[in-house]
Amino acid sequence: MAHFDENAKPFSEKWLDERIGLNTLKKVLNTEYWIPKNINFLWAMGMLLAATFGLLLVSGIMLLMYYKPDTNLAFDSVNYTIMSEVGYGWLWRHIHGVGASIVFLIIYIHMFTGIYYGSYKRGRELIWLSGMGLFVAFSAEAFSGYMLPWGQMSYWAGMVITNLFSMGSLELNGLVEWIRGDYVPGDAFLNRFFMLHVLLIPLAIIGLIVLHFGTLRLPHVNNQEGEEIDFETSAALWKSGKRKESKVIPFSPVFLSKDLFVMSIYFILFFYLVFYHFEFAMDPVNFDPADGLKTPAHIYPEWYFLWSYEILRPFSKDIGLIAFGIAQVAFVFLPFIDRSPNVAPAHKRGLFKIWFWVLVVDMITLTAMGKLPPTNPTFATIGLIAAVIFLLLGPALFVISRIEKPLNRGA
Amino acid sequence: MEKNRRDFMGMALGGFAAIGGVGALYAMKRTWDPLPSVKAAGFTTIDLSTMEPNKLVVEKWRGKPIFVLKKTADMKADDRDVVIGSDRFHVSIGLCTHLGCIPAYEGAEHKFKCACHGGEFDASGRVLKTPPPSPLVIPPFKIDGNKLVLGETGPEYKKMQDAGLIA
Ligand code: HEM
Ligand code: FES
Repeated sequence: MAHFDENAKPFSEKWLDERIGLNTLKKVLNTEYWIPKNINFLWAMGMLLAATFGLLLVSGIMLLMYYKPDTNLAFDSVNYTIMSEVGYGWLWRHIHGVGASIVFLIIYIHMFTGIYYGSYKRGRELIWLSGMGLFVAFSAEAFSGYMLPWGQMSYWAGMVITNLFSMGSLELNGLVEWIRGDYVPGDAFLNRFFMLHVLLIPLAIIGLIVLHFGTLRLPHVNNQEGEEIDFETSAALWKSGKRKESKVIPFSPVFLSKDLFVMSIYFILFFYLVFYHFEFAMDPVNFDPADGLKTPAHIYPEWYFLWSYEILRPFSKDIGLIAFGIAQVAFVFLPFIDRSPNVAPAHKRGLFKIWFWVLVVDMITLTAMGKLPPTNPTFATIGLIAAVIFLLLGPALFVISRIEKPLNRGA
Repeated sequence: MEKNRRDFMGMALGGFAAIGGVGALYAMKRTWDPLPSVKAAGFTTIDLSTMEPNKLVVEKWRGKPIFVLKKTADMKADDRDVVIGSDRFHVSIGLCTHLGCIPAYEGAEHKFKCACHGGEFDASGRVLKTPPPSPLVIPPFKIDGNKLVLGETGPEYKKMQDAGLIA
């Protein structure tokens, strides 16, 4: 079928279209990728995540130029060289630190938006599953990055988290030593986590983002009412000029301009944090160099891991690990635990609405308790109760969604 | 016939690719293994004659902290103690058996307290308060006069091991 216009100017639109199908690409990805009108700013979170990932990538590349993955040199290469010698080195470090923290805030908002509006079922299961893949990959990326400055929190977080792989009474110490490449976190450990952080996991994340976008293309994004839109009819209305009557808008340029508006506000806040309040993303304990003979008085993970950490803590070792394991994978199964056929916002789903808010409050409670030292019995009890509630929410959803009445969807 | 030949080609190709794949995985696994120099990391000798009672000394063996605590006469004796003459010592790897933090020794209470998740051990390394599931681990040792060699297995260690006391 190949037909090439001899007279097309190199790199002109026509020339490109004949060679890489530029117009088809534009249609599929932009001008004829239809987005419902009936959505709100919460649907911009996905693009905020993509943009934040971009910032993490750029600042990370800059940091790489002076970072040294060596237990003797790492701490100073970050805290001395990059922070006070390299021109604007502090800027990249603060962007990277703030970005790594804020990206989890946006991920949680994005996830809970999906849960609230039921965007994980009836054709959107793969969006949810690839999203969970991203969540796992981002968690691994954050953890491996946290090792790199080789401060006290790096070392002891590395110790505690790799010890999880001994699987409690199974005593798989060989596996732990294999992961570390040493009896304790050392040079081999730092170097392999450096490799994971700067190459393998980012590659996986990029692949997963492409997959996530791919899984969105056919089901399209959900909307505020969970309405099943006939995209073809609506798109035809738009194209015929009846833009008011159409329920959809093209992704680009129309929806993208809305995305960019939300993104602008987000980046004002983001850079306010980078310049004036970066300290929330920099744990003071990690400004002491790693010392294998001294545990910091109180070890806690970054805020975004606190809820699952608090599920580990109140139980005995084996039960704690099992509970923790369940909590880590629980969200993956959401599309299959929710048995209700309704794709609708939580406020239209009766008991599900209560379930949703209990989940939100419970996770915030777990997060708050996880930050406190383990010695206060009142807070330890609250943590225990919150952990038990979290574990019961899964079976509860199964029951609630089974007895939920199908919504009557008249026109 | 034609079909069978294609099947054979497919299986041969798949088989060789699988062998190559398994080989690559094995090579990767071995690359992640601890280095021989790390595994052979030597022995640590500790002089016990200079220890003071109820004062915790922390030594280092294979990158891990080692607790050595000389017991006072009124502290409870335990089968896990290392006995030299009339002196009793508690010797253990100073990593909490929960998730590996270093517990701190509270001399007045004769207790090890772990700040990470609130675990507690007595002065013989036995668990007083969970989450730690088992006592502090006793490293392989050999008594050599007044000295303790860590990393070597002596008869006293073997006896503890056979009695199931080391952890
Ligand atoms: C961190 C990397 C991520 C990026 C870059 C990303 C990107 C996006 C984008 C651009 C959209 C479309 C716009 C929108 O609805 O917001 C989207 C939708 C979606 N994402 Fe993500 N996402 C990420 C992580 C996640 C995670 C962790 C989950 C949860 C498991 C998730 C679940 C979803 C769901 C269910 C939708 C569909 C929303 C709807 O149909 O209304 N995503 N994502
Ligand atoms: S590591 Fe000591 S109680 Fe968890």
